[in-house]
Order: sequence, then structure tokens, then C-alpha cells
Amino acid sequence: MKPAPFEYHAPTSVDEAVRLLGMLEDAKVLAGGQSLVPLLNFRLARPAHVVDINGIPALDRIYERDGGVAVQALVRQSDAQRSELLQKLCPLVPEALKHVAHQVIRNRGTVVGSIAHADPAAELPAVILALQGSVRALGPGGTRDIPAESFFMGVLESALAPDELAVEVWFPAFTGPHGLREESRRHGDYAMAGVVRAGDRLALFGVAPTPVTADPNEPTRDLQPSADLEATPGFRKHLITAMTRELFAA
Amino acid sequence: MRVNGIASPLPEDPRTLLSDHLRHQLRLTGTHVGCEHGVCGCCTVLLDGKPVRSCLLLAVQAADHDVTTIEGLAPDTAALHPIQQAFHEAHALQCGFCTPGFVLAVKGLLDEHPDPTDEQIQEGISGNLCRCTGYANIRKAVRLAAAAR
Ligand SMILES: Cc1cc2nc3c(=O)[nH]c(=O)nc-3n(C[C@H](O)[C@H](O)[C@H](O)COP(=O)(O)OP(=O)(O)OC[C@H]3O[C@@H](n4cnc5c(N)ncnc54)[C@H](O)[C@@H]3O)c2cc1C
Ligand code: FES
Ligand code: FES
Repeated sequence: MKPAPFEYHAPTSVDEAVRLLGMLEDAKVLAGGQSLVPLLNFRLARPAHVVDINGIPALDRIYERDGGVAVQALVRQSDAQRSELLQKLCPLVPEALKHVAHQVIRNRGTVVGSIAHADPAAELPAVILALQGSVRALGPGGTRDIPAESFFMGVLESALAPDELAVEVWFPAFTGPHGLREESRRHGDYAMAGVVRAGDRLALFGVAPTPVTADPNEPTRDLQPSADLEATPGFRKHLITAMTRELFAA
Repeated sequence: MRVNGIASPLPEDPRTLLSDHLRHQLRLTGTHVGCEHGVCGCCTVLLDGKPVRSCLLLAVQAADHDVTTIEGLAPDTAALHPIQQAFHEAHALQCGFCTPGFVLAVKGLLDEHPDPTDEQIQEGISGNLCRCTGYANIRKAVRLAAAAR
């Protein structure tokens, strides 16, 4: 199975990328390609235009800003995992990255792409939600910061407009009690259910159309996980309860 | 793009995957294709020295980059690369379909951890599927290759 035809664009600046996104009808940003290219290969996505941002220079920095750490759009997950700045100020992020796919996938996949993709079973969206971070988007109207709480809209659906580029994500510094637990049938797979702790805050993934925050004392209240071949709703709730207890006992 | 050190033209159609370009245009059929969605690891190649999935890369994205396939790993046609030699000695393959991907993933692993722990080995090969060996001999080959360095 191969991608359907598309027109390929390789902008060399963020401004050019945003201009292309504003001008072209039905365009998709291509970052690490570790989620988009499988969708193209299966023809589940058939964009008319692909805007490849990999050739944009100086978009791969991890730097300190506003009491936290910003991770730009071309930072690979494997580089973020090794970042001393993240390890020092936001250790939850590199810890969570260990659970994202496999090393070879992380060599290419980006931190920002994983958040922009908004997969409800992915780790990083739940992490940015637990930490109360934000996404910086650049569009024809300028730059805006979207708080994680209002970023995830639905399954693979984010608050980014089609003509906006996520230029970086920001995680506030947090070194208090934190952690991530998940259960999957095979190591490296997307989780059946997962929990992220940042201090008193709890975020869940794999159990709703988006990552959600929950009360650590009653993590499954109002939760209606779906059923699939891997887990029943009841099993998912059981996992959430057990993993939350474990995470907050520490 | 340079493939195994040789400058090589890009395909005309941008939707050509790097895996297909290597196999169909360049006839480098050592890069195997199993799933085409990143799960099996058979198509792993080195991009600027780091292992990546060639089925998840457009060939045009490799412009101005170095691609190394399994054909380009050994120093010459007379000798195997130490990792290939270790796979041979440890009997780490049966049908061999998964082997090119494993060898290149292990190259990345040993470049990062020259003396890997058991856990790092486990983690380093966890993204590659083998339907024959049961992995025990593959782990053995990784240790052998690390020792041979
Ligand atoms: C075998 C396999 C296993 C995996 N397992 C996991 C897992 O366990 N957990 C997990 O979280 N992920 C997993 N992934 C997905 C992986 O983490 C991806 O890298 C990630 O989801 C997407 O990042 P990317 O940079 O590859 O984005 P791409 O695939 O390039 O893009 C994904 C989507 O986000 C959009 N996008 C990307 N960057 C931007 C931007 N800067 N601005 C606007 N839109 C943007 C694209 O248009 C596209 O719609 C797995 C992938 C594979 C192939
Ligand atoms: S063919 Fe590329 S990972 Fe399976
Ligand atoms: S040797 Fe046959 S799949 Fe690994």
C-alpha cells in the first residue's frame, strides 16, 4: 500500500511554512512522519499537499523560558529524552518518553508532532496536560499560546487551525513527586490505559477521546472508556484505579 | 542523497517511500519490507548514522543526507561487519527476513551504548519483530558484537 499522490513542499523558514499552510487547500504538516506516513501508506489520510518542515533550520532547540522548558518543532523524541535541561527541570518528560514507541521511532518522531497528533492513547499529550504546559502556534494572524487544557478536542483533533504551525511546546519546570504508569500488551505499544502524576495533578490516557484530568482519590468517576480487542471498559477502569493508587503511594 | 557513500538521484514522484526507492530503483533489496507502518522494523536503515524506518520516510526527504543500507555496512565484499559476523556466529537468524533490520538497529544501539546492559539490549531490539528465532540468539549476538568492538 502506498500514499495517494500529493504535492510536496519543503519550506526553509517558519514564515514560508505558515504562508504555504494559509495558501494551500488541504495541506498537512509533515514532521517526524511516524504517525502521518503510516496514515498516508494506508491511505487513511490523502492530503493534496504535504508541507515538510524538516528542512527549516534552527527549529530544533530545547531552551529555558518563562520558568519552564520550550521544545521546538524539530526536536526528535530521542534528543529530548537525553536533554539535560529537561532532565533537570522537567524530569517527567524524559521519563515519559521511554514509553513512547521504540528508540528507532523516537530517532525520527518529534515531541511537538506527538502532541499535535493528539492521539488519546499517547503519553506526551497526557504529560503536557498534567504539567499544565502549552502549545505555541504560529498562523497568518500571528502567534498564540494554547494551554494544554484547551488543546485536545477529540480523537486526533487539536485546537490548531489548518493554517497554523505548532512551533514549540512549553512545559513548566516541575521537580515535585511525579511519574507515569501504563499497561500495554506489548512493550512499546500504545497503552490500553495510562496515568500521569505531576504533584497533586493526575492525567489519564487511553480511556477517553482525549487525555483527561481526574481526581486522584476517585480517578474513574464519570469515566466511560471504550472496548476493543485488547481491553474491556471495566478492565481499563480497574487499571486506572490500580495504577493511580501505585503512583500516589510513592 | 548518498546511498552507501554513492551520490544517487532522487525519485520523481515525491510519494515514493525510501524503502521502495531503495528496493525498486536502486535494486538494494537487502532492505526488507514487512508492514509499511513502522511496526516490524525490517526496513530499518541508517540516516546520517542513526537507525530509522525507511517505510516511514519519503525518499525525497533523504536529499542531502547519507543513507546506509545493509549492503553498505561491511567494509568490503570479503569481510562481514562485526555485527553481521556476530549474528552469523551466534546463529541469530533462521529465515533471515528480519535480519537486515535487526543488524542496523543493533548498530544504532551499540553506537549509543558500546557496552549495553541486558536491559538496554532488550530495549534496543524491542522495536524489531522476528518470527523465527525467539530472540535468545539475537541477544547473544548483540553481546558478542559488543565484546568484539
Ligand atoms: C510502531 C510505532 C509505535 C508507536 N508507539 C507510540 C507510543 O507508544 N506512544 C506514542 O505516543 N506514540 C507512538 N507512536 C507515534 C510516534 O510517537 C510519533 O512520532 C508521533 O505520534 C508523531 O510525531 P511525528 O513527529 O512523527 O509527527 P508526524 O507523523 O509528522 O505528524 C503527525 C500529525 O501531527 C501533525 N503535526 C506534526 N507536527 C506538527 C507541527 N509542528 N505543527 C502542526 N501540526 C503538526 C501532522 O500534520 C500530522 O497530522 C508510534 C509510532 C510507530 C510507528
Ligand atoms: S516495513 Fe517498515 S517497519 Fe515494517
Ligand atoms: S529469522 Fe525469520 S523472522 Fe527473524
